[in-house]
Amino acid sequence: MKKRFGKTDFIVLLVILAVISLAGIFVVLNRENGETVVIFLQGDVYQEIPLTENREIEIQKEGVTVNVLNIRDGKADMTDADCPDKLCVHQKPISKSGETIVCLPNKIVVEVKGGQEGDFDSMAR
Amino acid sequence: MKIKTAYLGMYLALALICSYVESLIPFYFGVPGIKLGLTNVVVVLLLYTLGTKEAFLVSVIRIILAGFLFGNPFSILYSLSGGILSFLSMYLLKGGGKLKVVTVSVAGGVMHNMGQLVTAALVVENYHILYYLPVLLIAGFVTGFFIGIVSQEIILRIGNRV
Repeated sequence: MKKRFGKTDFIVLLVILAVISLAGIFVVLNRENGETVVIFLQGDVYQEIPLTENREIEIQKEGVTVNVLNIRDGKADMTDADCPDKLCVHQKPISKSGETIVCLPNKIVVEVKGGQEGDFDSMAR
Repeated sequence: MKIKTAYLGMYLALALICSYVESLIPFYFGVPGIKLGLTNVVVVLLLYTLGTKEAFLVSVIRIILAGFLFGNPFSILYSLSGGILSFLSMYLLKGGGKLKVVTVSVAGGVMHNMGQLVTAALVVENYHILYYLPVLLIAGFVTGFFIGIVSQEIILRIGNRV
């Protein structure tokens, strides 16, 4: 057994796990229902829509529709994308403040914004 | 030297096959980008048997080739930053000499996902996607742990014959 797993390993693994859990708890505690959805295209704001609206948005890049975002019942969901992996389409609908759907190939980020925004945003932008 | 080149080629092929197998397994947990990290078995094995330089070389070339074969230019960028960060952390932890393969592999898994997400945040210029960091780090921890157990067994059983 000693060859495979030592006391130091146990301690180090526990510390790593503790740090990750703390980060997780921090993120979960900061969740609140969002109010608007902001679509970023290549880092710039493309469109901002209230989550209360029920509508479908075609995100266009150079005149071509690349992604389709569906807002329904206070949740935003990516329903179509022209990239081959479709990872953003598989992602769950988002509704909480700070949640995002990311389409890496098209450099699109869909983000939910909440009522109260911390200083973090102004710092990060 | 000739034999070593042949060996490295073989390991590179093995790592590429692992990448291919991985691309066939749908592995989905609500957040994109979570992978098993099968190829890390090869990287860890090389790190412990052949040497640091060799392991690094195979890891980087594997990522670039696998990116062209099964991915896209973006996946190369993300994998590369994750792969290099992962390799560095594994190298440093292994260098300490006190930790076993499992722990080294866990650190590699966690840092791989961290590197990828940070690169993704830089590319899309949005720091809120770091929101997924805890989920991805846990995923890295779990996959790194299992990959570590597999690597450990391989190293203990056939490590001296590699």
